[in-house]
Amino acid sequence: MSDVEVAGVGLHPFGRFEGVSISDMGVTAVRGALREAGVGKGGFQAAFCGTAYGGVATGHKVLGALGMTGMPIVDVEAGCASGAAALMLGSKAIGAGQYDTVVVFGVEKMPRGIIRSSFFEPWQEEAGLAATPAYFGLRAQRFMQTSGVTKDHLAAVVVKNRRHGAHNPDAMYRSDVEAADVLASRVVCEPLHLWMLCSPNEGAAAVVLRRADKGTSARHGAAVQLDSAVLRSHLPGAVLSESTPMAGLTDDTLPTPTTLAATAAYEEAGLGPRDIDVVECQDTDAARELMSYEELGLCAAGGAAEMLDAGVTSVGGRLPVNPSGGLLSKGEPLGASALGQVVELVHQLRGEAGARQVHGARVGLAHTVGRGANAGVVILRR
Amino acid sequence: MRPGAATFSAMSATVPVRQGLFTDTDPPHLLGGRCAACGHHHFPHHDICPYCASEDTEPAELSAMGRLWAWTAVTHAPPGYKGEVPYGFGVIELPEGLRVITRLTEPDPAKLHFDQSMHMVTEVLHVDDEGRPVVGYAFAPVEVP
Repeated sequence: MSDVEVAGVGLHPFGRFEGVSISDMGVTAVRGALREAGVGKGGFQAAFCGTAYGGVATGHKVLGALGMTGMPIVDVEAGCASGAAALMLGSKAIGAGQYDTVVVFGVEKMPRGIIRSSFFEPWQEEAGLAATPAYFGLRAQRFMQTSGVTKDHLAAVVVKNRRHGAHNPDAMYRSDVEAADVLASRVVCEPLHLWMLCSPNEGAAAVVLRRADKGTSARHGAAVQLDSAVLRSHLPGAVLSESTPMAGLTDDTLPTPTTLAATAAYEEAGLGPRDIDVVECQDTDAARELMSYEELGLCAAGGAAEMLDAGVTSVGGRLPVNPSGGLLSKGEPLGASALGQVVELVHQLRGEAGARQVHGARVGLAHTVGRGANAGVVILRR
Repeated sequence: MRPGAATFSAMSATVPVRQGLFTDTDPPHLLGGRCAACGHHHFPHHDICPYCASEDTEPAELSAMGRLWAWTAVTHAPPGYKGEVPYGFGVIELPEGLRVITRLTEPDPAKLHFDQSMHMVTEVLHVDDEGRPVVGYAFAPVEVP
């Protein structure tokens, strides 16, 4: 799928913004991406908008505010992978010859506190079974039981990502933290402490995709190709899958949605995990990042702790993970988070990431996974 | 058994949090299903097997005893929940080859261990607007004499 390029990217910072509407944030991100791409009104033939909490026709409101409507505008919900789903639709439409240029964006303005999800039935809420962080805690405990990962490793993930995020002006939290302070933050759901969980928040991200033979953008010499954009759901059976079933089978051999998406994405790109230079992955909680190392094939089963300890996944290491600071620094606006990762990787591949630059990065992988289950894997190359 | 925990049959004028999840026998059992095509059990019961998509399923009472496979505690009331916190939350592995998400009667994770024997109970979640106790399912540690 090397016939699609990222012609421009735009971002509204992730955080909490009183008085700024979801449309305002979307306008900021989309306008930024269009400007970079040199695309104006009439310059794109379709738009795809990822959001989980935005409500009806969120994408239309954003493009309506920009005075750019009339083309198909498709609003896409796929939980934490909503932006990845939108990117898949937009890029495949170009690949199929349907369009030359599309705008893909994600926007969100999350409620505060534990995320309320219409995914759960009322009786599940009433029984206390809609306790989203508790599922993260159970998954973390099982992972620790089988992988050699300890609470100290979970704290080390937070320290790493917050250190990276301190250099990201668009992150919500921009300060270093100490492991002792992470472990001293209150327990939300054992083994997860408050600082090991990302904060639901607000933000927007946008990319302009263009058929590669339409010519690269004038502003940026280093063209970034979109090699794959894959979305997968869960296979039935795993009790702690992000699909949040009430029961599952005693079968630990089922591939996870992340592994399904990664396998397909590597095949689509004609690449393997060893070709990746930089990763943005789903660190909803600190354990989720370490699970992703294994599920994405970045290390062998049981190798995540060693990879972290050796500094491989820190900026300056062989394979930096979450140089943006990850969701632990940026917070997670569901619809925008996947495209926020893509914006970060595009900056990294262009060499524009400043103090958090991964030097010489040529291939980047973005990963999101969440409710549905939905897992998205995106591979970008310069 | 901690205060608030009681068997469904011992209570009068209670309402289950949802019909068809568990029996009102003593001891109570979860009401799942079994697929005749693939042989897997599931919970709650579905007319279509969630694992192989066969429509050849039938209701099945699940074992009241199982082993603890994963656990944590919920320390803040999640959305839509009107009961008390903290409460235990975990996964019980049943002999039918099924792992079930459930509340646990033990809210202190330090008091539980992997593979611990657990049995199913019902417990009052909260009292509804009409004054009726609303009852759900949970698993409790088997007391060692």
